[in-house]
This record gives sequence, structure tokens and C-alpha cells, in this order.
Amino acid sequence: MKGLDLVPAASGPLTRKDFVPGTEVRWCPGCGDYAVLATFQGLLPTLGIKKENFVIVSGIGCSSRFPYYVDTYGMHAIHGRPAAIATGVALAREDLAVLVVTGDGDALSIGGNHLIHALRRNVNITIILFNNRIYGLTKGQASPTSERGKITKSTPFGLVDEPFNAVSLALGAGATFVARTIDSQRAHLTEVLKAAIEHRGAALVEIFQNCQIFNDGAFDALKGPDAELIPLVDGQPVVFGKDNSLSVVRNAQGVLEVATAGTPVVHDKTNAGLAFELSQLTDAGVITRAPIGIFRDVEKPTSDDLARAQLSWPEDRVAALQELITGKDTWTIE
Amino acid sequence: MAEVDRVVIRFAGDSGDGIQLAGDRFAADTALAGNDFSTLPNYPAEIRAPQGTIGGVSSFQVQIANYDIHTPGDHPNVLVALNPAALKANLADLEKGGLIIADTAEFTPRSLAKVGYESDPLTDGSLEGYQLAAFDLTGQAEAAVEPLGVGRREAGRTRNFYALGLLSWLYNRPVEGTLGFLEQKFAKLPLVQQANIAAFKAGHIYGDASGMFATRYEVKKAKLPAGTYRQISGNRATAYGLMAAAAKSGLNLFLGAYPITPASDVLHYLAEAKAHGVMTYQAEDEIAAACSAVGASFAGNLGVTVTSGPGVDLKTETIGLAVMLELPLVIVNVQRGGPSTGLPTKTEQADLLQALYGRHGEAPLPVVAAGSPMDCFDAVYEAARIAVKYRTPVFCLTDGYIGNGAEPWRIPDIAALPPIEPDFATEPNGPDGKYLPYLRDSQTLARSWAVPGTPGLEHRIGGLEKTPETGAVAYDPESHAKMIELRRAKVESIPVPDARVDDPDGDAKVCLVSWGSAYGAVWAAAQRVRKTGRKVARIQLRHLNPLPANLGAALKGYQRVIVPEVNQGQLSWVLRAKYLVPAEPYNRTFGLPLSQAELADHLLPIIDAEEAK
Repeated sequence: MKGLDLVPAASGPLTRKDFVPGTEVRWCPGCGDYAVLATFQGLLPTLGIKKENFVIVSGIGCSSRFPYYVDTYGMHAIHGRPAAIATGVALAREDLAVLVVTGDGDALSIGGNHLIHALRRNVNITIILFNNRIYGLTKGQASPTSERGKITKSTPFGLVDEPFNAVSLALGAGATFVARTIDSQRAHLTEVLKAAIEHRGAALVEIFQNCQIFNDGAFDALKGPDAELIPLVDGQPVVFGKDNSLSVVRNAQGVLEVATAGTPVVHDKTNAGLAFELSQLTDAGVITRAPIGIFRDVEKPTSDDLARAQLSWPEDRVAALQELITGKDTWTIE
Repeated sequence: MAEVDRVVIRFAGDSGDGIQLAGDRFAADTALAGNDFSTLPNYPAEIRAPQGTIGGVSSFQVQIANYDIHTPGDHPNVLVALNPAALKANLADLEKGGLIIADTAEFTPRSLAKVGYESDPLTDGSLEGYQLAAFDLTGQAEAAVEPLGVGRREAGRTRNFYALGLLSWLYNRPVEGTLGFLEQKFAKLPLVQQANIAAFKAGHIYGDASGMFATRYEVKKAKLPAGTYRQISGNRATAYGLMAAAAKSGLNLFLGAYPITPASDVLHYLAEAKAHGVMTYQAEDEIAAACSAVGASFAGNLGVTVTSGPGVDLKTETIGLAVMLELPLVIVNVQRGGPSTGLPTKTEQADLLQALYGRHGEAPLPVVAAGSPMDCFDAVYEAARIAVKYRTPVFCLTDGYIGNGAEPWRIPDIAALPPIEPDFATEPNGPDGKYLPYLRDSQTLARSWAVPGTPGLEHRIGGLEKTPETGAVAYDPESHAKMIELRRAKVESIPVPDARVDDPDGDAKVCLVSWGSAYGAVWAAAQRVRKTGRKVARIQLRHLNPLPANLGAALKGYQRVIVPEVNQGQLSWVLRAKYLVPAEPYNRTFGLPLSQAELADHLLPIIDAEEAK
């Protein structure tokens, strides 16, 4: 079953305009979030479902303002909890497309527990994680994806912690769909988001997103013509760089590495081990090289489908309940 | 056979001895005998606390009566002590001259020494003031079941049912209920089933055959209102009340919960109710439990979360969100002793102020409380009704005492319960076909509630402050001031029934005010006081926020207002603040319900002094 199979189809064609509310967008000029929003508003009408059946839940942070800017049902909730709230929405209603918009602080720091549990449960939600490697809304503190040594307002002598790799973390949590994309590549962003939303189960999409106020250029090394973005395409050899001059190969020790020669590994989105190995090619420090694309995409039963399958409703709820509360051991007083 | 009006029996032994089960069965058999009853389970937080120690003692007290009672009683008339620790821990509570049934098999030098007995109290004369029935209960049970081919260890484990059989004989309880229960419970373990049945029957026979007991007692049927009754615990009543609210409203019930003592049973009972469409979700933590319920409510379900104090701490931010979102959410707090981990298995009423005020910002919400096990049904139903009608989180406070305690319950007719109408928005309600999610009903001030999937009513809500009506984010001073005022006015204007003043002659000088589980002790203490010819009034509060409109005036009609609570004076503080009445706290915090006798003794001189004025 696909992610949106139980969501009612749109009765007529929808356009981007249908998803643009009158709300004034309040992100900083030049923020990477604008590109994602535009892509998203363009993508939703192509999914073929009723717009009133989208629900977008977000937490707190710059990206979490997202629901206000998409004309569907939405909730701008509290810090770190959107995955937990969205899980309730998804359990309650099979006929909704449930999306979570979150950030690196929201999902990986204060909301880390909810993120890993939503992923391991495989609840049918799509989690879009805007990773700008900084706390933007609180004006520039280190985030759980900031690189070690980074100087920020909260780390004036350099950050002492290792960052999370969101993709590795999601794979470790057993996520059935894990992808990464980048705000500046609209076509890739569209393709990955579409696949994520259409995946039945918990999908995590990490978007490298530039914060030009507090962490400008964090992903610039991935954006030039010589950028070392490693595109992952299912069934294709993992090659990248100018004229595909670089390959991801398995070395004599059996470890993946980047080489100019040798047989490239072939990406297999059903191979969790390979997905994790590929995710580890992401730079932990300043990012100059990172795989993007769908790391993993497998079908597994979702917890909300299984939970609903356990339920049934008696024809007459009140009468059935009356029988239940009466029970078997009763006595009568005249 | 001697007839008595009431009796209080306490079963006590090691945790793991099956004390709770035996006590529960005795209560169930008592129910079938047509008595009124009330139970008090009391056990350590550890699943298997160190054997034979005072800390490991588990007990179950039940009062049975031929009249309407509301407490499990202060002082047992009968103590079943399955080991020295059980005797030592409970003897002080036993009435003078009460009956002790002790298992001599466990009164070994080592067990006695473990709890500090220098000599065996069963033989050293120290129990002279009591009736003592000490015998080798374990040996008797083993002898009864060993012919079935049961191993010694397994045989010894039937002694709880042996003791139950003996008590059933002594108090002339019907045995069919327990026999049927054992047949069903151990249907898949025929040997265990036969052993427990044999032990139960042997205990029953032993009562007669041993000649140890001079008298058998009978407690006649209680004169309770006509109807069909069953036994109900507070936690089960809570589960049923929530289901009733869902069934009546037509909403699907969603419970988000995380295991916590003493609230987990509500999760268990609802998890069994899948065939009634009840969705239960065991979340990764208390926060997610509340959040998932908020999500479910947003999606058009009746979102509920059930927990105890430490869980409420964690849910607090989410509850604040629900205040802001103005979505229905029922939060059941089965209170336990605090602070922090506190006394997980013991009762307390110390979360009232947390429920009323424990959130940042001005975050008012309605609070209701249950007074007894069966009252949990009505209280949580009322909480759900308010939550849905007024689009608000509502606290329902119960506690470990009434959550685990049980009493007879006249089974209500669900069809006759007050209606609950979700009244979902289906059409735009604003100018130009716009939908205004925060447009309010002029009567109730409840906001409009449109659920996802409703075409044309797409909207966003969130935790940020809002513009009245549109719900759009607003930081301007006027919007904030207005929204704060609207949220306050909405909760404050929820109509609640007038407080019922129980003042039979209308001229008492002293009034007791109680909430939650203090109800039983206060009711019983008032009865005691009245039996001495004195007068005392009594008010039990169902609604703690908003309080009944007549309460202030009612309290001002008394010379003394006394507020018994199992905390350090939380309701008295509220009454003083709100009504400027000199409400006097009467507080006990032993992790136990209030003692009716102690409370009555406290009242007598106060009443006499007021009458003398």
C-alpha cells in the first residue's frame, strides 16, 4: 500500500495557488526555507489528493512556521513534539496525509525521543527535517548538527560536541524511508519529497538548508559546479563529481571509500547496511561532501494500520457498552 | 450465627502472597451477598519487596456493611496475618479485642528476628487483649492440595485462597463467585485451578471443623437503592466513563498513555476495549502520550491522557498548548504521594493546585474530581462533556485510594446520561466564505472546531498568541489582552451545579468542605458526629474550577469552615483566596485515606465550642 492510498482523491485538478494562503511569510529574506516552501506548494497539487486532507504539524523553530504558509490543515505546536502529535493524528485518521515539519534543534535535540520512536514504530507520517546546523530563531546557538569546534553565541570557545548525522540516526532507528536533499536543488527536492509522502510508513527527509543570518554558507561547498554531492539512485553505481570521475568503492578492508578508480558500489535502497555505510560518507565537520537521495525505502507494516486493524465498532455503541459495564457478576436490589 | 451491622477485615502478608487477589475476591463475594462495601488495597512499590520485612507487607482492607458506607473503615475487626511482618505492621490498627488469624508456619525464629520480635507474639502472651486464632495455615493448605500431586512450593502458594475460604465461612459469604472465578482464571492450568479450589474449600471446612471460632457472623443485605449492581474499582470506572463519553458523543476515543502507578490500570482496561473502537497508544513518554492525544483531538477524536503526578509534570507544556489551541483533552490524574517519585503506590490529594495553576502564563482550565471509586465514572464523564462542549483541556482528579479501591456500583443507564455534542463546523462562518477557527459561540464562548478533511475550512492553529476570531498569529497588546480575557471568561462561565449542602437541620455552625477521596471519611465523620447529637454540615465538591456559584455564600453561613484533605491545605487555600472565608485546613499526609474517627474526634470540641457561644 502507498502512503496516500487511503486519502480521498481530489475531485478536480489543484494548482499551487490552492495551497498558498494569504498569510505573510516572515522568514528572513534569502532564507533557504523559501525555496522549500515554493517547491512544496508546487508539489502538493500534483499528489492527486484533496487539499483538506493534508495535515502539517510542526514544532518550534524557523522552519516550524511552515504550516502557516500552506493552505491546508495545520498545527504549529510546541518545541520538539510534532512527531508525537502527528502520530496521534495518524492513528486517529487513516484518510489524512500527515506531514511533520521540523528542524535540527526541534527534531534532534529537544524532540529526539519522539523522532526515533515515530521512526521505529513506522507510523505513516512524513517528517521533513530542515537542517541548517544552527539555532536560528533563538539567534545563533549551536545545534545538535553543528560541527565540532564551531564558534557560536553559546559556544564562544568552540563547540565540544560531535554532531548527529540525521540520516544515520534515522537508519539506526529503523526508519523505512530515509532521504536527504538540499534546498537549492528544486528538482531533487521535489522528487525526494514526493517519494517520501507516497511512502507508506515513517519517512524522514533531511533537507540541507541555508540560514544566511546565523550560519550562512554552511552547505556552499555542496553547491558549486565542482561540488561533491553524491547522488544516490537505486540500482545505479554510486559515482559523482565532475564527469562522474569519483566513485564510492568498497576497499580491501570492506569499508566504503571514495576513489578515482575501482568498481563503484551499486545503490540498493532496500539494503539497510549499505544505506548506513553510505550515510557515513557525510562529513561530520564542515560539509564538503555528502550523499543525497533516497538512502532507504522498504515496505513494512505501519503501526497505525496495525492499530486500526485491531479496532472494531459495534453497531450500537451505547448498547454494547451497556453490556460491557454491566459485566457478568451483578446483583439486583429490589 | 451472630448478626453484625458491619465488619472491617484486613488481609496482610508478603507482597507476592496473593493478598490483593484474596481481598479482591472477598469483596466480590461480599457484593454478591448484597452488602455495601469499600476496599483499600495497600502495597509496596516493589513487585517483590524483600520477603518477610515490614516494607514488603501487602495488605487489603475491606469494610462490609448492611447499610450505606463510604470508606473501607479505620480499624479492622479482623486481621489475617500470614507472617510476623504482617502482624507487626498492622497490629496497631486492629481494634482492641479484634480477631487475629495468624499462620504459625511463618512464625519461625528467623522470621520473627527479621522484624525485631524477640519472642513469638503468638505464644508470649503479648496478644492477650485480642482473640487469637493461630494455626499452621500453610501446613493445612499443603495437606489439602498435596493429594492432587502439587509440589510443595506450589501447594504453599494456595494459602491465600485457604485463608479466603476460612473468612468466607466465618462471615458466611457465598462461595460460588470465587469457585467460578478460579475455574475461569486457571482454566488453562488445571492443576493450579484444582489446587486453589481445594485450598479454598479446605479453609472453608476448617472454620467449622477446627472448633477454633466460637461464632460465625452474618452481615445482612444493605438497604441500597433499587437497581442492578456490580463491583467497580475507580480505575475501571474511569475507563468506562471515558468510553461512555465517546459512545454518547459519537467520537472515537483515543487514549495516549505511558505506564505509571497507580494509573496504568486505566490504560489496561481501555486497551482491552478494541471491540468498542477504543484506540490506545502506549507512547514513548508522558509528553508524547499527551501530545498524541492532542493530535487525535485535532483530528476529531476525544483525546485523553491518563497518568499520575510525575506524568502530569511532563505533560504540562502540552496541556498549556491545548489551552491555547482550545481543543478537547481529558487529563486524568490518579494522584499518588509526592513530590518527585514519592510514594508510587500510596494515595494523596496534593495535585489540586498543580491542576488549577500548574502551567506558565494565564492558562485556566476546568478541574473536576471524583469522590469514590464509582464516582470516577461520573466525574470523568463530566470532564469529557466539558472538554468537548467548551473545547478545552479538563483535569479529572482521582487518586490511588479510589482508583484501586472498589465498592458496589448501581450500573447507570448510558442512554440516560447527559448528551455530548461535538458540533463540528462544516461550513464557513466568516465574511466572504472565510473560516474563522476562533469565532466563538456567544453563549459558551467555545470556539468553532473544524476537523481535517472538512473542505473549505482549512486552517492553522498553534501555540502562539492569536487574533480573536481569525486565530492568526498576533503579538499586539490588544489581541493578547483580549485572548487572555476570553480564555478566562470561557472557563469561568462554564455552568456547574450548585454545591449541595448536607446540613440536615440547616442550623449547624461548623461546615466540612471536601473534594476528591476525602469524601468518604468526611461523610462517615459527619455521621459519627451526628450520632452524638451534634450538628455538622458537609459539602463535597465535584467541580474545583469553576467552583459552584453558591459556594461562597454557603460557606459564609457557617461559623467554622473545616477542610479535611490528604495534603497540606490546598483546597483551604483556594477557598480563603477566593471567598475570604477563614477556611481551616485539616491535613494528614500519611499516604493513606483520612481516618473518619480521628476527624470526628477533632470536630467534637470545635462543634461544642461553637454551640456554647
